Amino acid sequence: MPKHDTPMMDQLESGPWPSFVKDLKRQAEKNDQCWDILGQMELSYKDKITHWKHGGIVGVFGYGGGVIGRYSDSPDKFPGVAHFHTVRLNQPSSKFYSTELLRKICDMWEKRGSGMTNMHGSTGDLVLLGTTTDQLEPIFFDSTHELGMDLGGSGGNLRTPSCCLGKARCEWACYDTQAACHDMTMTYQDELHRPAFPYKFKIKFSGCPNDCVAAIARSDMSVIGNWRDDIRIDQAAVQKYISGEYAPNGGAHSGKDWGPFNIKKEVIGLCPTQCMWMEGDTLKIDNSECTRCMHCINVMPRALRPGAQTGATICMGAKAPILDGAQIATMIVPFIKMTPPADGEVSGGFEELTEYIEKAWDWWMEEGKNRERIGESMQRIGLPTFLKVMEVDVIPQHVKEPRSNPYVFWTSEEVPGGFQRDVREFRKRHAQ
Amino acid sequence: MGYDPQNPMQDRITDIGPPHYEQFFPPVIKANYGKWLYHEITQPGVLKHVSESGAECYTVRVGCARLISVGLIRDYCDIADKHCEGYMRWTTRNNVEFMVDAESKVQPLLDDLAAHGEMPVGGTGAGITNIVHTQGWVHCHTPATDASGVVKAVMDDLFEHFTSMKLPAQVRVALACCLNMCGAVHCSDIAILGVHRKPPMIDHDNISGLCELPLAIAACPLGAVKPAKGTTESGEEVKSVTVNESRCMFCGNCYTMCPAMPLADDEGDGIAILVGGKISNSRTAPKFSKMVIPYLPNNPPRWPEVVAAVRNIIDVYAADARKYERVGEWAERIGWEKFFEKCNIPFTDKSIDDYRLAYDTWRTTTQFKYTSHIK
Repeated sequence: MPKHDTPMMDQLESGPWPSFVKDLKRQAEKNDQCWDILGQMELSYKDKITHWKHGGIVGVFGYGGGVIGRYSDSPDKFPGVAHFHTVRLNQPSSKFYSTELLRKICDMWEKRGSGMTNMHGSTGDLVLLGTTTDQLEPIFFDSTHELGMDLGGSGGNLRTPSCCLGKARCEWACYDTQAACHDMTMTYQDELHRPAFPYKFKIKFSGCPNDCVAAIARSDMSVIGNWRDDIRIDQAAVQKYISGEYAPNGGAHSGKDWGPFNIKKEVIGLCPTQCMWMEGDTLKIDNSECTRCMHCINVMPRALRPGAQTGATICMGAKAPILDGAQIATMIVPFIKMTPPADGEVSGGFEELTEYIEKAWDWWMEEGKNRERIGESMQRIGLPTFLKVMEVDVIPQHVKEPRSNPYVFWTSEEVPGGFQRDVREFRKRHAQ
Repeated sequence: MGYDPQNPMQDRITDIGPPHYEQFFPPVIKANYGKWLYHEITQPGVLKHVSESGAECYTVRVGCARLISVGLIRDYCDIADKHCEGYMRWTTRNNVEFMVDAESKVQPLLDDLAAHGEMPVGGTGAGITNIVHTQGWVHCHTPATDASGVVKAVMDDLFEHFTSMKLPAQVRVALACCLNMCGAVHCSDIAILGVHRKPPMIDHDNISGLCELPLAIAACPLGAVKPAKGTTESGEEVKSVTVNESRCMFCGNCYTMCPAMPLADDEGDGIAILVGGKISNSRTAPKFSKMVIPYLPNNPPRWPEVVAAVRNIIDVYAADARKYERVGEWAERIGWEKFFEKCNIPFTDKSIDDYRLAYDTWRTTTQFKYTSHIK
């Protein structure tokens, strides 16, 4: 039975998009707290402010993250959500599940929490929404023993890594994103559970430059699939696109009549480097000019494929605006091989990647200020210094264009004779 | 045995990490891992992937509210058990995907999804897929707006684009309920962003017990928070802080560090609309979203001003952009002055950057277009 009048919430039961209100009401029949979620949310809709109090440190023994404390500011009105903590469970790579595991999670969560979830949180975790402090240890025990699952990250630690579905169901994966995500998550369990960093650190794995997990916008270290040889062309399939037998862009535009496919306009004309042309019926690509943007491959997936020498590009320092403004990740390492672990192993691979991760962490843990993302540390010290930290050779690919101001930070070692000079000697040649 | 509170360390397991992903693959995925050749979208919401082995995987994509109950998850499981050999997945944009290994299995799956009523199929190709979003008033302590309710209202309105593919390109909509952007929306085609517009109040009665003053002062990126004496309700003078209100940019970082500095306000808070961001490297480099509407009011339960603003931008874009052009690519081609004119959005000084690196966005050329803005 509903405990509160919720006319505004009720309004959100209508309409074609799935209704979280309908869902909350359904769960409320089993978990009484859900009525209080609805009641408190209705109050927020009336007051136009949140009714959750500021944080609170809660957790499980031995971990410094994975649980977010949450308390209502109106516990008398909504006792069911007086304490309503969030538990982050580390999702399996790219979020495939068996129904067997999902049902076990559901049973545990219906018993020990509100029965409400986020599938999934923004970083990728499976989020269990709303429980009391006394349930945290039992939830952790049940998760590790019965679900085979562990907590995700929160606070100043490695946040739960995430990846696109890669080789599982995509033809463009330039490396095994799921293996890399799982390997790094297992390799850095300590960094994930026990905060030792200045602030959060996110790693995201995308299989190609389409970047379906938004690595370049959202992760301190984005590992984006790339290749270094030639785009593979099936000329017969090119003809089938030209003839209209194959729908361009995998049929993504089929809802509107855009006219017949025009390879010159839609592929060659939109190539950002203008490195493609037709010679008679043959599509030519000057691969030395290609920047691998994926447009032509996206439009003609049956005719064009990424090259066969594949690996990843590492970009670093992306973040949302707080505080110094949003940053898109900066290209640091143009190409590394992404060698998975040995057969039968789930960790111990991707050696080149782990070297870069650890160089960055070692430096940032020393030099980063409290609550400073590594992208902000990079801004503060400058890219040239950061590249030295990363032991990466400086290349023109690191910039969009060379600097236009003349203020170079020369060092004493770079200038013959160094910075130590005798002003009296100087005055002998140049009197004041 | 289960957890024994008298003996919390007994049989304790830690640092096991997530379960290995491979055990959750449907057989057709497992057998064709790394062997996929190409894909096509056979109808809105249905993807067909073809392997070099000749195997086919049909994926049906279903919109999901993200804030969901275990009851709904069990419904998904029933579908997956009946049609998909007991496997399913979620996408990074919070959609659910069901996979089958033959075309003949698609329609029965679609029929059962339709029969459920809360499992709309779509979100593929040149349309609008799920809005990634944050917690809002359902579970967060710093929001300037709700998340789930706004998303529900906007998706109800945009629903035709979830189930169709008639736009010039995909349009990625995202919502973050405050500037912290735990759902990073700063590179979305359309970003719906909760904003505060009133400086923090100082709760002198509670600041001593709640805050480390140096952290509160250091939290301000503009140095607007300074140490100052405050007077409590009982007349006691305490060490506290003061805010230089003309310097405040309403980021809320002080409140994150110091709960005695609340910003939330029914009239001050609302939503800004930013457009033209993208993640993909396709054609043009990834871009930030740009603020075109600095403020719309919080008007629950349906946020009609926000819904109308998003709908307007999408309608104008759909009619004017070229095939493959993302919102930001379109705006850059026509010029932002044309964007404002075509969308009939008033241009205000709030859209001119005056934060760090602002100069990079000022126009430093005589090249511009004459629009109605020039009298």
